[in-house]
Amino acid sequence: MGLFILRRLGVMLVTALCLTFIVFWLTNLYPNLEKLAKTQGNFRMSDEAVTSYLGNRGYLEPLPVKFAQWLGVAPGWVTQKEDGTATGRCFSADVPVEDRRNFCGVLQGDWGQSTVFKEDVSVIVATRLALTGKLMIWVLILMVPMALLIGVLAGMREGTKLDRSLSTVSIMSTATPEYVSGVIFIAVFTSSAFGLKWFKGSATSAMENATFENFFLPVLTISLYGMGYIARMTRASMAEVMTAQYIRTARLKGVSFGNIVMKHALRNALIAPFTVIMLQIPWLLNGVVIVETLFNYKGFGWVLVQAASNNDIELLLAVSVVSVFVVLLTQLISDVGYVFLNPRIRIS
Amino acid sequence: MEHLTWTGALAPLNLFLALAIGVLAIAVMAQILVSFLSTSGARAVYADGTLDANKGLSGFLGMIVQHAFVATVGVALLYLVAGIVMGPSAGIIGGMSRRLLPVWAALLVTFALSVAFKRKLGLYGKLFDSTVGMIGFGLVMFWVYAGLFGGAFDWVTTHDTLSQYSGMKNKAPGTPLRGAEDGEYMWFLLGGDNLARDVFSRLFDGAWVVIKIAPFATLFAFMVGITLGLPAGYYGGRLDIFLSFLANLILAFPVILLFYLLVTPEIVLTGIPNYMALVLFVFPLVFLAILLNSRFYTQPGFRTPLLIVVLGFGAWFYLSLVSTDGAVVSTPTYAIPGLPVFLDGFDIDPNLLVVFVSVVFVNAPTVFRIVRGLAMDIKTRDYVAAAQTRGEGPWYIMLWEILPNARGPLIVDFCLRIGYTTILLGTLGFFGLGLSSESPDWGTTINAGRRLLSIYPHAAIAPAVSLLTLVLGLNLLADGLREESLRD
Repeated sequence: MGLFILRRLGVMLVTALCLTFIVFWLTNLYPNLEKLAKTQGNFRMSDEAVTSYLGNRGYLEPLPVKFAQWLGVAPGWVTQKEDGTATGRCFSADVPVEDRRNFCGVLQGDWGQSTVFKEDVSVIVATRLALTGKLMIWVLILMVPMALLIGVLAGMREGTKLDRSLSTVSIMSTATPEYVSGVIFIAVFTSSAFGLKWFKGSATSAMENATFENFFLPVLTISLYGMGYIARMTRASMAEVMTAQYIRTARLKGVSFGNIVMKHALRNALIAPFTVIMLQIPWLLNGVVIVETLFNYKGFGWVLVQAASNNDIELLLAVSVVSVFVVLLTQLISDVGYVFLNPRIRIS
Repeated sequence: MEHLTWTGALAPLNLFLALAIGVLAIAVMAQILVSFLSTSGARAVYADGTLDANKGLSGFLGMIVQHAFVATVGVALLYLVAGIVMGPSAGIIGGMSRRLLPVWAALLVTFALSVAFKRKLGLYGKLFDSTVGMIGFGLVMFWVYAGLFGGAFDWVTTHDTLSQYSGMKNKAPGTPLRGAEDGEYMWFLLGGDNLARDVFSRLFDGAWVVIKIAPFATLFAFMVGITLGLPAGYYGGRLDIFLSFLANLILAFPVILLFYLLVTPEIVLTGIPNYMALVLFVFPLVFLAILLNSRFYTQPGFRTPLLIVVLGFGAWFYLSLVSTDGAVVSTPTYAIPGLPVFLDGFDIDPNLLVVFVSVVFVNAPTVFRIVRGLAMDIKTRDYVAAAQTRGEGPWYIMLWEILPNARGPLIVDFCLRIGYTTILLGTLGFFGLGLSSESPDWGTTINAGRRLLSIYPHAAIAPAVSLLTLVLGLNLLADGLREESLRD
């Protein structure tokens, strides 16, 4: 088990390194850098001005060198100005010479500066992640019990009316992407055109003070799209368990239907949905980006959009590292959890 | 011209519809509640051997549900049929129904032919045995025909989709066109958007964008996935490890981040989408070549001309697809020459190409994983061992033994994946990536409409509901296909 986890962690690191390198390469393509220079400087820069702007800030070094600097395994760039002062990746001109560091990258815990927000990337990512964490927790609280309930009820007696209606509900919910359900919810529940002003169409105020009124719609919108898939998987797993031999044995012993479902079937039927739920979490990230844009909730997804549309390289890298780690960690947890939950694998 | 209401002269029918829906909803709820208590109907056996079935409470409710459902569908159909006859005097729904006449006709012909010949049509015919499958197929074909007749032939659309009409900004559905001239359609059936364009016409033009891209992008993704997934599953070993690592690498990327990195004007300038197109679009060609060669290589006299014709046409198609203005890749600093302009069959808008390529790129790894899993499962079967003993080549076994036997799950996944691709296209539009901001596609329209959502929701709701019905149709179709393919 320990070896298995170690090997998975190794693969994870390699994957994360490859992915960040791809992001690094794409964001450091020359047209992207030119756009960055023009948005940071001014839009009417000449080509020479762009080159000197980029050169002074170390953007024109070879790609592997830049990547190594970002990682913190190569010394950061230093530019000597004509008046004798020097600026570098790791220090600004007013830092005394003896305090200047050579290495400053991710390994040293330095994630760099955001060019859009003019703030430390680690600070931005931490605050925004906390906001998105709040959203995600509520999404999971709403989505998981609802999906499991629907799945178990539908799979309990396959083919009944209850099963068919609940399956229709779950198909409907998988067919409704967040930007569709979000738009419909906002139009129906918050607009003056329909007259039902039950909720608020913007979740900006929920960042400080989340209430049912301003936070329920975004949470519902994300949960709904993920719910259908989990419910269908739970249903399939439950239906399979209900046809197993030991359920028939229990039935023949005279155990009541409720007891069979609660005590015999449920525990085995919930192993598969656990993996599905864990693997669904990275997909929720998509929903988070859409919903945060739609409801104007300035969390992690909103930062992703801002960083990507302004080619804010270091912020974008931090964002992708975080999201890649979310993906890979949930995969790891789902694998380990599956082995742990399933007695057939755990004991052998 | 007066303002149109939703149902116009047919307004008395609304009461019946509301009644039918109400009864249906209550009966379905009651049915669900009853299904918690397991009450199977009692059955009395008489001395003469006849049976008397008492269906019990659930049977009674089932009957009510059936009748209420028929009534609801009947009234809804009545709106549409009356609408075809009466046109806009039957309100907005009537007006739309009249405009959609070619779509209804095509749907009717499709269904009539399919039901008539369903025993001869294999899996497709069996679809017409399942209600769910038929509903799904109906919804999908509605949008296919609507896209075709609306976007390609302009039979459905009422106004030009890009021109702005004065005084029609953000007008509610059914508003008469101010100062309409002779020959112009006199209403904006679904209202005007924030640039005073007709929402109804843009809706059907947008359907064409989706119908044009989604199935083909999915098809290309399948070609890539199959061509790489079969050897990975069949051979296993190093090849499998390497390809699986690549697939997992792409899958670990959050889709939106990938889109934001790939689908930007700056990336189009670097020519990366063109390189990706060069690589991804070659897979169908490779697939076809291997498919035909592995089958007919024992008959060189037949194989060689066949391959020359197929590959010649395929190569022309491929080169036309990837080359624009005589160059395969054209950046400000250098250009790689491609097919000369006079041979170039068609050009693809670079914005469309980058959308297409990135959607294929995102979908292909998932298809790869499915095909690989299926191939690993099927290669242990007896018929594969038999083919190996006969001395068939590995590609013959993969493409003519394994692939046909994996078709069930693949067809189902194909339907689901078209739906997913539709959602992805909408996501791209929603973030304003790729397609131009004037494009009528649904995602872009939703994005444009969402800013005024709380005051004028109609401009965003129409495409949102359309996207929902199309994806729902594809999901139901996949469900019906799965059910029918499991039956035998």
